[in-house]
Amino acid sequence: MNTFLSDPNAQAVVAGVMLLGASAGLTGTFTLVRKRALLGDAIAHAMLPGVCLAFLLTGQKNPAWLLLGALVSGWLSLLSMDFIARHSKLKPDTAIAIVLSTFFGLGIVLLTYIQHSGYGDQAGLDKFLFGKAASLTIQDVLVFGWVAAFIVGVVLVFFRAFRMLAFDFDFAAAAGMPVRLLEFVLATITVLVVATGIQAVGVVLMAALLITPAAAARFWTDRLWSMAGLSALLGSTAGLFGVGISALAPAMPTGPWVVVWLSVAAAVSALAAPRRGILARSALRRRNARKMERENVLKAFYQLQEANPLQLTAFSKEDIQERGYFRYSILRKTLARLRRLGLVEVVSQLRWQLTDKGLGESRRVVRLHRLWELYLSHKLGMADDHIHDSAEAIEHLLTPDMEKRLLEELCYPARDPHQSEIPYDDPLRSQNTAL
Amino acid sequence: MADIAVEAHNLTVSYHHKPVLWDVDFQLPQGSLIGIVGPNGSGKTTLLKSIMGLVQPDSGYVEIFGKPLEQVRARVSYVPQRESVDWDFPISVREVVEMGRYRPGRLLRRLDSTDKAIVRQSIARVGLEAFADQQIAQLSGGQQQRVFIARALAQQADLYLMDEPFAGVDATSERAILQLLAEMKVAGKTVVMVHHDLQTVQEYFDWVLLLNTRLVACGPVSSAFTEDNLRQAYGGQLTILSKVAHLVEEHDFPVRDRSKKQRT
Repeated sequence: MNTFLSDPNAQAVVAGVMLLGASAGLTGTFTLVRKRALLGDAIAHAMLPGVCLAFLLTGQKNPAWLLLGALVSGWLSLLSMDFIARHSKLKPDTAIAIVLSTFFGLGIVLLTYIQHSGYGDQAGLDKFLFGKAASLTIQDVLVFGWVAAFIVGVVLVFFRAFRMLAFDFDFAAAAGMPVRLLEFVLATITVLVVATGIQAVGVVLMAALLITPAAAARFWTDRLWSMAGLSALLGSTAGLFGVGISALAPAMPTGPWVVVWLSVAAAVSALAAPRRGILARSALRRRNARKMERENVLKAFYQLQEANPLQLTAFSKEDIQERGYFRYSILRKTLARLRRLGLVEVVSQLRWQLTDKGLGESRRVVRLHRLWELYLSHKLGMADDHIHDSAEAIEHLLTPDMEKRLLEELCYPARDPHQSEIPYDDPLRSQNTAL
Repeated sequence: MADIAVEAHNLTVSYHHKPVLWDVDFQLPQGSLIGIVGPNGSGKTTLLKSIMGLVQPDSGYVEIFGKPLEQVRARVSYVPQRESVDWDFPISVREVVEMGRYRPGRLLRRLDSTDKAIVRQSIARVGLEAFADQQIAQLSGGQQQRVFIARALAQQADLYLMDEPFAGVDATSERAILQLLAEMKVAGKTVVMVHHDLQTVQEYFDWVLLLNTRLVACGPVSSAFTEDNLRQAYGGQLTILSKVAHLVEEHDFPVRDRSKKQRT
């Protein structure tokens, strides 16, 4: 890696692809929040005919002409999509699909024509399909640098205006913002970043460079500023990674590895991001399930105590299992957990009973269950045979605050709709109202 | 009649060649709470949007405070329908309300301390101080509606055009919004509001505009909000008009004869 980075050409490639990644990530943030994710793909594909025409007209592979061709045909594609969506009943996604395939088809026709008509200098034009990141020249990198600086500048200056446009177009227009101008500027930097980007990663993969960093960044943050920053950072590290891989293993292509890195980053984000990530959500679900298991077992204790005439307080696992229809393995684990929490204890070898703390908890769960049943029955007028199942779930969810409000609204009731007693921690409370 | 806040003359608007407002004429007084009422698809939102210049009329014009919109834009504030934006957008309550302080002429300038104070006050007036730095997705529907209203308050306008601010709103938010409307009225502001709930029209508004593609009635609630007018607005005896609208759409026929010179 050290020897690789001391090569000035390699340095140029690294810098170029990183700059490109950063500007694509920044621009893509707005493409994503405006829900135009497919746009980048369409623009990229639509640039091929422009590149080919520029070559046909000038007869040389001058990067400036090719870039100009790409820009013009990218812009035309945008206008066509806009025109179709505005003046026909076709939906925007249909317009994107039509424009993408028409322009790209035309591009392939031109490319094939060029390849078969003996232009001396045509070799390498097909690099636009998959990119040529590994063979970027210092000149290319200079162009990337200027484009990146321009895009960063525009985004910094217009950030709040772009955000307003993306969030609420009508409000921005009503407030007298120059929405058409802002849309034009936003579209221009998108076309610009795509036109430079296809030289590095190619037409086919450009959409990934535009959208994936922003999509990954969205998982980690709830603010557009940090999303844009993170997205730019991801884009540039992807550039570094792609160039690094193809430097270490020359058979490896740069552009595709950039995209692979981005996809991995997006997948990791979807999996591991706090709150929004799949792991965080499944952990939350698991915690909820554990809480329900614990509270259900506590409730079974309470119901066993309530039902037996001998005032027994200690029960065998079989009693509890029968009472609460638990699966044996779950009951065993849950009892062990409750014991660690000091809510139940073993009195003799085979008998379990609630501790004082456990008794309070079990009373609370039963109370919430019966309060909720009463609420559904009295306040919402639901039939008494419909309310139990709802209460089975809601009893685990109600917060102390909600409990207090229920108690106040129902005036500290003594019995639920099935005439079971509602247990209170303070026995006077129920006696008072029972009178 | 008091000074005029909004005047529409001969307003005709169509979407995809289907007329949604036909020859609508009205004047709305300043300093009142005005409800726009009518069945679904009767052009209520379109009316607000054409007052705000967001849709181009086929004919007619709107004047605000006796002037074209462009000259008085800073005095007008628009509250779109809540469903018209993506509430999962990565933005905080404060950042949304700050949009009320962006003005065309100073698009690139940072907000100064006066702007920031106005934003703080606006958030406080709708009772969302505790949520100022939260992402908007975490709010309830009613709170989201209040964010929109706070953004409008931050614009410090004289005329407020609100598209169904009471839709999908909880009791707390409804009370908060009503309280604000009362305060705005005392301050001499004009509020024009698309409203869905006929039950509350008499309670909320001074003035009502009944709409069903054409104007059914426009006047003080006591005289315009009559059973007869309501039957006209909601009765659906517009079969001929809607058939003509359908014909216009089918044949892509112009609603106005463009070969003649128009008088506006």
